[in-house]
Amino acid sequence: MRLLTVYTALLVSLSLSLHTQAETFTFTAIPDQDESRLQERFGKVADYLQEQLNVEVKYIPVKSYAAAVTAFRNNQVQLAWFGGLSGVQARELTEGSEAIAQGYEDQFFTSYFIAHSSTGLSKPGAFPSEIRGKTFTFGSKGSTSGRLMPEFYIREYLGQAPEDAFKRVGFSGDHSRTIALVQSGVFEVGAVNYKVWEKELASGTIDLNEVSVIWSTPQYPDYQWTIRGDVDTRWGEGFKNKVQQALINITDPDLLAAFPRQSFVATTNDDYAPIKSTAIAIGLIDE
Amino acid sequence: MSHCEPIHRPAPVASSASGLRRVSLVLALIAIICLFFADLETYSANPWNELARMGAGLIAPNFWSSQVIISAVLNTLAFALQGIALAAIAGFLLALVYRLFWVRAFCAFIRAIHELFWALIFIQLFGLSPLTGLLAIAIPYAGTLAKIYGELFEETDPEPRNNLTTTKSLSTFFYTTLPLAWKPLTQYTSYRFECAIRSSIVLGFVGLPTLGFHLETALSEGQYSDAAALLYTLLALIATIRWWLKKSLLPIYLLAAIIYLPPTAIFHWSTFTQFFTVDIIPAPLRGAEVSLLGNSAAASWGVQSAELCDWFMSLWSQQILPGICNTLILSQIALVVTGLIALLCFPLNSVLFFKPLQRYCGDGLLIIGRTIPEYLLAFIALLLVGPSMLPAIAALGIHNGAIIAHLLGRFSDDISLRDDACHGINRYFYEVLPRLYRQFLAFLLYRWEVIMRETAILGMLGIGTLGFYIDSAFEEFRFDRAMLLILCAALLNIGADFLARQLRKQLHLKTTPETL
Repeated sequence: MRLLTVYTALLVSLSLSLHTQAETFTFTAIPDQDESRLQERFGKVADYLQEQLNVEVKYIPVKSYAAAVTAFRNNQVQLAWFGGLSGVQARELTEGSEAIAQGYEDQFFTSYFIAHSSTGLSKPGAFPSEIRGKTFTFGSKGSTSGRLMPEFYIREYLGQAPEDAFKRVGFSGDHSRTIALVQSGVFEVGAVNYKVWEKELASGTIDLNEVSVIWSTPQYPDYQWTIRGDVDTRWGEGFKNKVQQALINITDPDLLAAFPRQSFVATTNDDYAPIKSTAIAIGLIDE
Repeated sequence: MSHCEPIHRPAPVASSASGLRRVSLVLALIAIICLFFADLETYSANPWNELARMGAGLIAPNFWSSQVIISAVLNTLAFALQGIALAAIAGFLLALVYRLFWVRAFCAFIRAIHELFWALIFIQLFGLSPLTGLLAIAIPYAGTLAKIYGELFEETDPEPRNNLTTTKSLSTFFYTTLPLAWKPLTQYTSYRFECAIRSSIVLGFVGLPTLGFHLETALSEGQYSDAAALLYTLLALIATIRWWLKKSLLPIYLLAAIIYLPPTAIFHWSTFTQFFTVDIIPAPLRGAEVSLLGNSAAASWGVQSAELCDWFMSLWSQQILPGICNTLILSQIALVVTGLIALLCFPLNSVLFFKPLQRYCGDGLLIIGRTIPEYLLAFIALLLVGPSMLPAIAALGIHNGAIIAHLLGRFSDDISLRDDACHGINRYFYEVLPRLYRQFLAFLLYRWEVIMRETAILGMLGIGTLGFYIDSAFEEFRFDRAMLLILCAALLNIGADFLARQLRKQLHLKTTPETL
């Protein structure tokens, strides 16, 4: 009987929650670097969007790339700042969702391979095949610049899966951590998002005597804002376009510097076809 | 027992000393063999640097940087309270029918799956919502409580029951069995509440807004002053339980918890049906209904079962088998390390070895080791030495070793020695250890299942146990694989539980549930 009461209470509160959450437009972002910075960055974006869209806008932080995609799929968030791969995964899982804006730099993104000084590797033009047999760390398991593209080129140039090519393979979780782990020598080589590298270099957390860039991948499309297909029915006709315009119109250098991107430009799902085929090629998603 | 012994002979305590020795030696031998296959390297070039920064953080905790501590503490408590309350109700109901085989099997199954795995599943269904946290704690805890309650009911003195004239089983239960079992039952439940707080903290690592959420952030960003503040909060919270957890206040706490954090969820039927009818179906079988409608049904079924076989075999060889091997290797080493730490440290909490003041300090250390969840300890150790099995072994050994040492110390207080008994190391080896060893092994075998469970979960931190592959499957949204891997982890735990129970029975080892 008590159990029944608890369940009834659960169901009632469940249905109530659906009503109260109807008005707030919620978004999230993949936790690709130090979280405290994400909070600061996306707090500002929430304020900006709220002003532009005239609805309440909330940012919720998540712990992993997968959690960001799941929140999007479950309609806990309606908009998300995804990486290339997580965006593809989210749109596969959520019918009708669309990529609406990407950073200007995301049209030609790249990953850096970085190495600890003890490896003796430095920057040549060609792929550094000497990394075979070293310890290697990716970023998050679901990262485009920290896993997907690096793994693709490792397989291409070394002819082996990373588990076989390296002495040990790790997943640091995010790009800041990848840099920290290679810098401290926990891993000899790592793959990192070039934007995060440059940002940390500028902020002085990187010691170039300990860690340096040894290769950069060819270019590929990366981060983008993806929105759910059903937002127009919840916030009115044309809401999706309003969000897209608001993002593209961001000119506040403060907001842009937090990403850091020079501006946002319109994009479509088709722009990310290469990412999808790469993910299929290395077996990260099924055909 | 297979050979019928006359009842009047004394219990075979003395003769089973060889049994204790044999089990200990076999466990030690297995662990030594496992050492050859374990990855024990330290990967950090300079762990001392990081350790110094951690030490500096511990000395100068920063309680002011995050205003989130209070809400994190409240969330942590709310999840734990609601979780344990629901688990106690469900566990109690299940315990009433615990005699039934399928109820026992069901309980063994739900408690064999770790809270974090339950959370990962419920996040798919209910999002990062309070309901997810509540169920992730309540379900496995209900399985554990059902078992303990059931065993307590079974072990009550049958005399009062037999003297009753009524045959109404429910009245019999409420007037004889329940009152007799009530005290250990409440004691054990309050101990599980402490565990629930730890579980609640660890759920933060996958995104629920408890202390663990902020601890993970602070630790992985190297902000050790912030992390220290959170860690001290955690320790204070658990150390003070006995002062604030009063029976009379419980209903108020529970009500407050439900009002503060109503167990709501982001819920859509479509997600639900999608998850159960598509997502967790093995990939080769999806869309089977469609193809079965075609006229070449038999042929397509043949193709599909071949594909299913391939799917399973590649999963088996690439993930399940290495995952199981690593889980077994790590847990067997950790089990023995736990035992060694326990034997080494129990004098810290024993009147036979230390004076009261020293003992308070010693037991304080043990309580700290026991209060910090293994998962958190492993996370910290991982920052220092890199992702090998070493930090996992250290974390499991310290946490479980401290628990057993604390209990053994208390147990040793009841041993009375002669006035002229020897001191120091001789007392330890010749007087105390032989009297304690049986109890020690009972505790250790009891922790076996717990260690196995935690070993699997530590994979989520990057060590190659089953948790690593489960985490990857969730990251790749391959829930079919995740479910199969979780099932494997569950079966492994059930196996360890079964084996430990058989050994305990064979060696006549007894543990009272209220001590563990």
